[in-house]
Amino acid sequence: MTAVLPAPAAAVVVPTAERKRRRRMAVLYAGLVAGLVAATLVAGGSGQLTIPLDEILGSIAHRVGLDVGPLPSHPRGEFTLWNVRFSRIAMAVVVGASLAVAGAAMQGVFGNPLAEPSVVGVSSGAAVAAGAAIVFGLRFAGDWSIPVCAFLGGLVTTLLVYALSRSDGRTEVVTLVLTGIAVNAVAGALLALLMFLGDTQARESIVFWQLGSLNGSRWTYVGVVAPLAVVGVVIALASARSLDLLALGERSARHLGVNVEALRILLIVVVALLTAAAVSFCGIVAFVGLVVPHLVRMVTGPGHRTLLVASALAGALVLVCADTVARTAVAYTDLPLGMLTSLVGGPFFFWLLRRTRRTAGGWA
Amino acid sequence: MSRTALATLGVTLSYGHRPVLDSVDLEVRRHEVLALVGPNGAGKSTLLAVLAGDLAPDTGEVRLEGRPLAEWRLRAMARERAVLTQEHRISFPFPAADVVRMGRAPWRGLPEEDEDDLAVAEAMTATDTERLGGQPFSLLSGGEKGRTSFARALAQRTGVLLLDEPTAALDIGHQESVLARARAESRRGAAVVVVLHDLSLAAAWADRVALLHHGRVTAEGAPADVFTAPLLSLVYDHPIDVLTHPATGELLVLPDRRACLAREETA
Repeated sequence: MTAVLPAPAAAVVVPTAERKRRRRMAVLYAGLVAGLVAATLVAGGSGQLTIPLDEILGSIAHRVGLDVGPLPSHPRGEFTLWNVRFSRIAMAVVVGASLAVAGAAMQGVFGNPLAEPSVVGVSSGAAVAAGAAIVFGLRFAGDWSIPVCAFLGGLVTTLLVYALSRSDGRTEVVTLVLTGIAVNAVAGALLALLMFLGDTQARESIVFWQLGSLNGSRWTYVGVVAPLAVVGVVIALASARSLDLLALGERSARHLGVNVEALRILLIVVVALLTAAAVSFCGIVAFVGLVVPHLVRMVTGPGHRTLLVASALAGALVLVCADTVARTAVAYTDLPLGMLTSLVGGPFFFWLLRRTRRTAGGWA
Repeated sequence: MSRTALATLGVTLSYGHRPVLDSVDLEVRRHEVLALVGPNGAGKSTLLAVLAGDLAPDTGEVRLEGRPLAEWRLRAMARERAVLTQEHRISFPFPAADVVRMGRAPWRGLPEEDEDDLAVAEAMTATDTERLGGQPFSLLSGGEKGRTSFARALAQRTGVLLLDEPTAALDIGHQESVLARARAESRRGAAVVVVLHDLSLAAAWADRVALLHHGRVTAEGAPADVFTAPLLSLVYDHPIDVLTHPATGELLVLPDRRACLAREETA
C-alpha cells in the first residue's frame, strides 16, 4: 500500500498511520466505556428483584444530588441497588481490571503470551496463604488480614517460581511454566492439607475461595481492594514503555537503557499485588488474565500503553458481564464465577491458539 | 573531547574454566571504523558484549568517555552508544516502524525527543526499510530484520556504534550500503566497532582491524598491515591468499583452495 508512494513521502506516511491508529484507539476506548456503563445498568437492574432502567438512573441522579427521575418503587429497591448490586459490580470492575492488567504485565515481563498469574502460581500461592489465614484465624490486621496474607502468599510464590526458573541470569520460559506447574501442585496439596485441618466453616470458606465468587461483596471490601488495584495499575502503566523495549529481548532492552532485572522484579511485585488484590475476597477467577490481553492485543496491537489501559477496561467489562450471568442464569442460585470464566475461557483460549497458529505460524 | 571513545584495559574473561578473552587492550576511536575479525570462537562477540557492558570482565576495565562502564547509568549510556546484536528477535508482533522508533527511547523527555520522527524516517530511508514499516517485525526475512535492527541503532543517534555482524544474512548490495553507512557515521565523528567475518569487506571498509585469536588481539593496525597471507593462514588454520585488485587496488582476501582441490584429485 505504501509501496506506490514516492520515497520522500515516507516521513509523512508514519504520522498518518499514527493518526489512524489513534482514532481506532479512541473508538475502542469509547466502545469499552460505553459497554461498561451499559453492562453496569443491566447488571444493576437484573436479579431476583428487577429494577427498571429509569428507576436506576433516577436513583443515581438522586445520589449525586439531582432531583430528577423516579426512585426505585420496590421498598427494598434502593437498598438492593446500592448495598448489594452496585458494590458487587464495583468489585467486578476492580477485580476484572486487576486480573487483566496483571495478565498483560506478566506476558510483557516474560515476553511470552502464555504467561499468566495463575500459570506461575500467584493465585494458588495467594489462596494457600489466605486459606491459612482462614483456618488459623489470623486477625493480626483486622479486615486487612486476609488480603495481606493473600498478597504475601502470591508475592512469595511468584518470586519463588521466578528464582527457581532462573539460571545464569536468564529466565527460560519453558522452565518457568514447568516450575509453575510444580509449584501449583505443591500449593494444591497445601490447600488440601488446610482443608483437612480446618473446621467445617473454614472448609466452606476455602471451597468458596477456589470456586471464585463475588457474592457478598461489600463496599468495605471494595475499599480495601481498590487502592491496591489502583497502585498496581498505575505502576504497570508507568512501566509500559520499558515493557515495549523488553520485547526486543533482555540484551537489547538493556542497550536502550532499561534496567531489566529491576523492571522484572518491580512488575512481578505489581502482578502479585494486582492478583492478590483480586483474589483476596473473590477467590480464583481463572482465564481473565490470559484471554483478555490476547483479545485486546488483536485490536490495539502490541504497544503496552494502550494494551494495559484497554485490558483494564475490557477485563472489567468481561467480569461485570460474567458475574451478571453467574447470578442470574439460574434463578435463586449464585453460580461460581471462577467456574464460569474457566468454562468459557478455556475453549476460547483454545480457539485463540488455533487462530494464532494459522495466521502467524504459532507462538514459538 | 578526546579521540578515544571506548577502551578496554587488560580485560580478561572466562566462561567457567574456558578463557574467552585474555588481557585485551583495545582503543575505539572517533572518526574511525574498527573491525574485529578472527575465527569462530576467537572472542569477537564476547569482546563486543564486554564493550557494550553486557558482560562484566573478570579482571580489567572498560571505559566509555574515560569513565568506567559501572559508573554509567544505563539510560545515559544508551545515549552514548548503540548496539546491534546478532540475534534479532521480538516477543510480540510490533510493526517494523515501531521497532525502529524504540531506538529513540533513551531520548524521551529530552529536547532531542523533537527529532524522533526525523531520526526514524532518516534511519529507515538509509537502510531501505521504509516499505517494511507497517509489517510485523517477526514476519520479516532474516536480512530485513537485520536492516530494521540496524535502522534502530542508527535512530538512536549515538556517538558510538557497536555492530555485531551487521552484514549477516544481507545480500551483497545491502552489505555494501550498511557498511558505507557505518563508515559515513564515523566520518561525522562516531566511533564504530564492527564484527565481520568477510575479510575483504573488513579490508574495504575498516580504517583499523583487530585480529583476535584465542581471546587475544594477535595483530592490530591498518588492514594492509594486518591482512598478510602468512598471518591469516596461521590464525585461520587454512591457506589464505591476499591479493590486490587489479583495477581498484583494494585488498582481496581469498582462501587458497589448491591443496584442497589437489587432495580431491588424488583421492
